[in-house]
Parts: sequence; structure tokens; C-alpha cells
Amino acid sequence: MPQRYNLVGTHCKNCNEYYFPPRTICPTCRREARMEDHKFGGEGKVVTYTTIYNATDDFKRQTPYNLAIIELAEGPRLTGQVICSPSEIEIGMRVKPVFRILGRDGDRGIIYYGTKFVPA
Amino acid sequence: MIARLHIHRYGTTREELAAVAVKNHQNGCNNPISQYQMEITIDDVLRSPLVADPLRVLDCSPITDGAAAVVLAPTEVARKYSDGPIRILAAAQASDTLALHDRRDITTLDATVSASRKAFDMSGIEVKDVDLAEVHDAFTIGEIVAIEDLGFVEKGEGGRAVIEGVTAIDGDIPVNTSGGLKACGHPVGATGIKQAYEIVLQLRGEAGKRQVEGAEVGLTHNVGGCGGTAIVHVMSR
Ligand SMILES: [Zn+2]
Repeated sequence: MPQRYNLVGTHCKNCNEYYFPPRTICPTCRREARMEDHKFGGEGKVVTYTTIYNATDDFKRQTPYNLAIIELAEGPRLTGQVICSPSEIEIGMRVKPVFRILGRDGDRGIIYYGTKFVPA
Repeated sequence: MIARLHIHRYGTTREELAAVAVKNHQNGCNNPISQYQMEITIDDVLRSPLVADPLRVLDCSPITDGAAAVVLAPTEVARKYSDGPIRILAAAQASDTLALHDRRDITTLDATVSASRKAFDMSGIEVKDVDLAEVHDAFTIGEIVAIEDLGFVEKGEGGRAVIEGVTAIDGDIPVNTSGGLKACGHPVGATGIKQAYEIVLQLRGEAGKRQVEGAEVGLTHNVGGCGGTAIVHVMSR
């Protein structure tokens, strides 16, 4: 999962737009699109956030945790966890990506990994 | 996350959010079929446990069992079946990205804006002519954003409007006279029809203690997928 492990998206060389998750075609340029893979640096800022206190079973053991919409430096937005105290997170805060366990399937299932964020 | 940004950008307060739940519980007390028959205070809301900060338990609609039905008939024959038929002037739907982070503006449900504009065009009704509305208050911030996006108040003014009583039964535009999803209940699949039922009662003048005086035009607004879909109906006597 390159997109989940390494924040790999795509870049259209025709209009210079970046996409995350990756798109195979640029919706602006369509036929003229010239797509290439792009590994996002991951630096971004918090657009808005919440702190989850009451979660579904899969995430219960992580509560309370911060969930934020993050705008990457290249432009695309994504939703992810920000690891810091609930009193520390704020709108506009700069963040950077870290590789973390995202969850596991049940008690004995596979552990899956991906990107979370920490204050930059 | 919508509430957090609305607070940050427009200065909406925690008390204004709570005022939505307080009003809807008051209305619910005057609706014999509502799930909750109890008044709550702003303090009750602010003291309830956090769910997803800044939203607390009493900002959220409950889990509800319920059923609702309407009988539809062509306008020409409706009088054969009812002495007080209510006309559906418009039914409009619009959609948006499912992911909140992909939206044009996080504090606006563009699906609501688009569906309501279509419904107003279709019905020939202007927003100022609407006498009351049932809107999707699954969470208190949902009602604030809804009354802005439907055009009842300016963007960013929703919280102030609620706490000043603009959306109360005797206000300029009564909203969720049934108690809304918050107090009347949110039996997901039945919620939209339940909204239509309230508007029908009100337009027929049969809403008892919560009757909006002289109601002639009503609107319903329902949402799926946190704004991925919105549906607006305009009805009249
Ligand atoms: Zn392009």
C-alpha cells in the first residue's frame, strides 16, 4: 500500500496539480493529463480537528485521540490522527508524518500500519 | 470537525450549539410522540460527556426505533382521499464528496445549498416565504449549518440566530417544531417521512401546543453521509 505507508499520490505534469489518494487521470486535463507518482513530503497544517472520546470498538483503546483534516504542503487534504495532547492541537498547527500502527483486525488479526502525524 | 472550524471562523460559541438541543427538547415536550419528553438546560449540555470534542452526548441525536408513513396521490384526485391535502411544491436532491476533507468549504454543506436552490426554483417559493422547517439536526452543529445553507440566515450567523430565538416556535423561522432528530428521535430510515409528517400537521393547523400560527409553507431538509447527499422538499396548504 504505497499510499498508506509512504503517502504516495500522483502529480499531473500538464497542470501541476497534486492528488492524494493517487488518481490515474487528471480530472482537469483528462486526455492531456501527464501523470507521475509523487511521494508527498507529508509536511502540512491542521485545517480543523476533533478529539474522539467515544470511539467504535476498533479504536476504543486509543481514546482520547485527535483526528484532523490536514492540508499537505502540495495542496491535497487528507484525514488522519495527530499524536499529541488534546490541549496541544490547534487549527493552523504545522504537522509532519510518522509511520505507526493504525489498527488490527480483532484481537489476533493482522496489524496494519500507515501514516499518522505529529507536531512539526 | 465542522463545529470546530465554525467556532474558529465565525466565533460560534459552545452555548449557541447547546441552544439548539435546548430548543429542540422544549419542542419535543409539546409533541406527544417524541422520544424525549424532558426539558434540558444549556448547562446540562455543557456538562454531558464529550463524544467528539467540541460535541457532547447532548449535542447528538439518539438511537431511535420508529416508523412513519405518508399517503401520496396526484393533486387532481387528492381531495377524494383527504379533506386537507398538502401539496408538494418541490422535491430536490443534490450530492457532494463523501469525504469532508475534499469539500469546497468544510463549514458549508454544498449539497444542502444546491438542493435548496433547486427546490426554491422548482416551487417558485422564496426563502422568506417559508413559514417553518424541519432540518437534519443529527448533531447540534448540523442545525446551525443547515439554517445557513438553506438561506434562512447568513453564513456564520446560525449560532446567534438560535440563541436569540429566531428559530423558536414564535420566532421568524421556527425550526424543528417536532423536536427534530435530537428530541423527537432519529429512526434513520423513517426520519425523512417523520419530517414530512410534522410539516403536514403544521400546515393543517393540527400541531397542538407547538402550532406555528398561520403556517402556509413548510420545508423539509434531510441529509445522508454527513452532507454527501441532501434532499429538500417544499410543501404548502
Ligand atoms: Zn492536470
